[in-house]
Amino acid sequence: MILSENWLREWVNPDLDVEALAHTLTMAGLEVDAVTPLADGLNGVVVAEIVLAEPHPDADKLRVCSVNTGTETVQIVCGAPNAAAGLKAPLAQPGAKLPGGIKIKKAKLRGVESQGMLCSGAELNLSEDHDGLLALAADAPVGAPIEDYLDLNDRLIEIGLTPNRADCLSIAGVARDLAVVTETALSAPAIEAVPASIDQTLPVEVTAPSDCPRYLGRVIRDVDVSRPTPLYMVERLRRAGIRSIDAVVDVTNYVMLELGQPLHAFDLDALEGGIRVRKAQAEERITLLDGEERVLTPDTLVIADHQKALAMAGIMGGEGSGISTGTRHLFLEAAFFAPELMAGRARHYGLHTDASHRYERGVDPELAYQAVERATQLFLECVGGEAGPVVDITSEADLPRREPVTLKASSIQRMLGIDLAANEVTRIFEGLGFTVKADADSGSWLCTAPSWRFDMGREADLLEEIARIHGYDNIPVEPVRGAASAGALAESALSQSVIKQRLVARGFNEAITFSFVSPELQQLIDPVIEPVALKNPISSDLAVMRTSLIPGLLGAAAHNLNRQQNRVRLFETGLRFMPGQQLAQTPMLALLLCGRRMPEGWSSSAKSVDFFDMKGEIEALLQAADQTLAFRSAVRPGLHDGQTAEILLGDEVIGIVGRIHPRTASHMNLPEQTLVAELILASVASRVLPDYQEISKFPEVRRDIALLVSREIPSAAVVDCARSAAGPSLADARIFDVYEGDGVSENEKSLAIGLTFRDQSRTLTDEEIGESLLQVVESLGEKLGAKLRH
Amino acid sequence: MQALDELKAEATAAIESAVDSAALEKLRVEWLGKKGRVTDLLKSLGQLDAAERPKVGAEINAVKQLLNEQISERKETLQQAAIASQLAAEALDVTLPGRREDLGALHPITRTIERMAGYFAALGFEVVEGPEIEDDYHNFEALNIPAHHPARAMHDTFYIDDTHVLRTHTSGVQVRTMETREPPLRVICPGRVYRCDSDLTHSPMFHQVEGLLIDENVSFGQLKGIIQDFLHAFFEQDALAVRFRPSYFPFTEPSAEVDIQCVKCAGEGCRICSGTGWLEVMGCGMVHPRVLEMSGVDTERFQGFAFGMGVERLAMLRYGIGDLRLNFENDLRFLAQFR
Repeated sequence: MILSENWLREWVNPDLDVEALAHTLTMAGLEVDAVTPLADGLNGVVVAEIVLAEPHPDADKLRVCSVNTGTETVQIVCGAPNAAAGLKAPLAQPGAKLPGGIKIKKAKLRGVESQGMLCSGAELNLSEDHDGLLALAADAPVGAPIEDYLDLNDRLIEIGLTPNRADCLSIAGVARDLAVVTETALSAPAIEAVPASIDQTLPVEVTAPSDCPRYLGRVIRDVDVSRPTPLYMVERLRRAGIRSIDAVVDVTNYVMLELGQPLHAFDLDALEGGIRVRKAQAEERITLLDGEERVLTPDTLVIADHQKALAMAGIMGGEGSGISTGTRHLFLEAAFFAPELMAGRARHYGLHTDASHRYERGVDPELAYQAVERATQLFLECVGGEAGPVVDITSEADLPRREPVTLKASSIQRMLGIDLAANEVTRIFEGLGFTVKADADSGSWLCTAPSWRFDMGREADLLEEIARIHGYDNIPVEPVRGAASAGALAESALSQSVIKQRLVARGFNEAITFSFVSPELQQLIDPVIEPVALKNPISSDLAVMRTSLIPGLLGAAAHNLNRQQNRVRLFETGLRFMPGQQLAQTPMLALLLCGRRMPEGWSSSAKSVDFFDMKGEIEALLQAADQTLAFRSAVRPGLHDGQTAEILLGDEVIGIVGRIHPRTASHMNLPEQTLVAELILASVASRVLPDYQEISKFPEVRRDIALLVSREIPSAAVVDCARSAAGPSLADARIFDVYEGDGVSENEKSLAIGLTFRDQSRTLTDEEIGESLLQVVESLGEKLGAKLRH
Repeated sequence: MQALDELKAEATAAIESAVDSAALEKLRVEWLGKKGRVTDLLKSLGQLDAAERPKVGAEINAVKQLLNEQISERKETLQQAAIASQLAAEALDVTLPGRREDLGALHPITRTIERMAGYFAALGFEVVEGPEIEDDYHNFEALNIPAHHPARAMHDTFYIDDTHVLRTHTSGVQVRTMETREPPLRVICPGRVYRCDSDLTHSPMFHQVEGLLIDENVSFGQLKGIIQDFLHAFFEQDALAVRFRPSYFPFTEPSAEVDIQCVKCAGEGCRICSGTGWLEVMGCGMVHPRVLEMSGVDTERFQGFAFGMGVERLAMLRYGIGDLRLNFENDLRFLAQFR
């Protein structure tokens, strides 16, 4: 909402400059977003009168004018079509610097001297009009600074009001708060009831009293809508961002800005029978003032006559029943519509109006009486006419009730941490319009909110008012206190932070990609699952919730490769969203590798990463897992059929690791050797609690064996078999070479296995080790058909 | 004993000119070995007078000892020279880069969340997380935002269906915590949140850290204290001006927006703070009693405060990141700056 500073100061004028005033409003909860001078660069611009206008000797479109500046008569060359003797217009004198940056100097135009410039509204940034000089009223005082004459020495205060402060959507409301905070007197203009000078009324029926608990109407006959709106009113509307329409509409808008009550004026002659406030009928249609026809839903309240809907109640008037140049008699409406009814209505029709904005948030139900009188008073001033009596249809039972709320002094101390004098509490609430009954014995106040406050149902609401008016700055900062006990993480639980730090130490950068992805990318990795879709996605490529973190990482890798960043090591953590009866939102960890195994350098090989680099990362991550880690060949859409494995922890599949399918790679322009992995984050987040085992004091002995086995047999099976056959003295078994090719038949591979033996209590003898080795070789031969290679 | 002196001089000269340990060993054998020339002299002692023997013998032994010492010395010299030349030959260009895996980096958002969580963890706040597809009740209703409440218009909500949304804040996690645990409570809820808005200064997904403290005797003054101290710690500026400005959130009352003195211009007014000298960094307030009641907290005994901040906003201020979108492009040239 934009307020004129001058207008506000008419209501309340604290001894503060505009910056301090803005700060005061902000600190009272009415946040000032901006303060802008209404007019700038008008120094040296005065009201002037053209005394004589003659054609320019050398230019058809220019005129040479004699202009009275109030102190002298000067010669001005001017091209405006309306420059004629008798016209009063703004004159920028030499030395003035106009809003557009134009500096005014004496100049010769086509050989004729001009001692300044007569200005249009646009040139002074006062209007859009640049077709001619800004015509000033005939009684404008010649020589007066234009700023003074048009009362332009004003600033616009833009306030961003929070939804609970509908009571401040007016000059009156803001002034009320400002008066309390600054302890300054409020001087509202006197609003007196305008007695009826005619008897005419229009019948009003309200068939939906809970939606419209109060409806006031008044007939005003014989108005002259051709009369111009007074300059002060046009200016004040303009400063609030409202365009002047005609004097009648301007008055309704003016009263809304001044008091906060939306008003509507109908053309009395367009109304048939009388007013009916009712719910819309099914499929009922109405063409609104914006020229658009709307089909109404039955939960919409309309203002109708006996034939048709005239207006969407509290939102917008209809075409055909509004004020036009032919209007002679008015019917003025001031109503209270229930905020619960209004909530969301305008938005439903794609509308948002000054009226709907106020009604949704709550208009003071008592305000209609004042507003009707104020508007009538202004109508009579501006367009004349005779006012009839006010028709008042009120359903008391449906008006919002304001119950008294008790505020305890102890609550102020407890919740805000301040001690406040009892009379200060009373002053604050009375200033805000509350009825206050102080009870000194119990240290409490019984406060009843004024009719304009909709947000005062309980003690906490009152405490907020105290805090706001007393000032947040005046609530002392109390020292920080820690908790009595700091909850510590179980030692076997790894925090996400530790997991991430380990990955970072291994050269991974953390990515954060959107949780919604494009359906195409999603399809590439997960073509079977129908993902959770957004009803209102921001764009088609951010339309479905990811069922895997891999698509996002592929996108991030592609982004980097397109920017010559070819070695990509990324990880991300976050939820995946699996659709189904019970939507599963599971925290996952995903990794991606592509490019060189090591950063480029004078001594590193240019070899690309492959499956085993990624598998190694997974093994490292889970090296302290409390269950056995295993990998099992698997097939997954989007991944390479022969280079993909399920990750198992104990018996549970916790994730997948693999190379992306060549088709995926070419589709996304990624290297063929792009490796991805995705794991359930929780499975990485636990480790075994250390249970110290005595270190053997006796030497260990290593024996290597080379075996030929069928290529089909997984090496893990060979190692497992060796382990179980070797007996308890085996300390370690690892494959240190794999060979296929010359010297080994086509369907076989050669594995070299290093076996380390050790005993806790003695040195092992050659015989014992030989025996174990024999067991291993026999078992491998029996179970896996492995032969020793010689 | 002219001969012995000559012998000594000859041997000494030979030792000094030996070029490696092999030559030296040969000389040792030649002179001091079993059949060496000095050994021979000793053997020939028998031919001398018994009276002369001790003297001559002592002289020969002195020569033998001297030569032994000279050989050892020469050997040491040669070894040192050999090591020196080996070292010289093995000298490296130490300015060549080392062999290494580069250090990765945490995303600046995570880094910022960890700093925030770290501060609050020291005060006994525990990190809790929750679902991002949230039901209407936990995202809105339980936070005192009924359907059609004007505050809903402040949230540009992504809808999944009629009753589920992408959470617009992490406050739902606070509600879930209050529902399932008994006060006193100290939790912070970091995580992704979503608003249906995308332009230079709005991302459809961003991060919040929200905090909740429920206890007996919790006041607005304490809230001010904790927030001010946090902001001082976060920006590592103990004199940073912090301002609490009345505002409105349906779930807190009184509510405040928190401004800090612009960290770029120190309050002078610049582009970052739109000339105001202040930056809005978070919202906070005393938890609305209705919110406590709905989640089953005994409001006779307990009160609390809550606060929430945009992680991107604070990270961008802290690190001077000018463009919000950089946070989600995952450009390695960006990420690597946060090692």
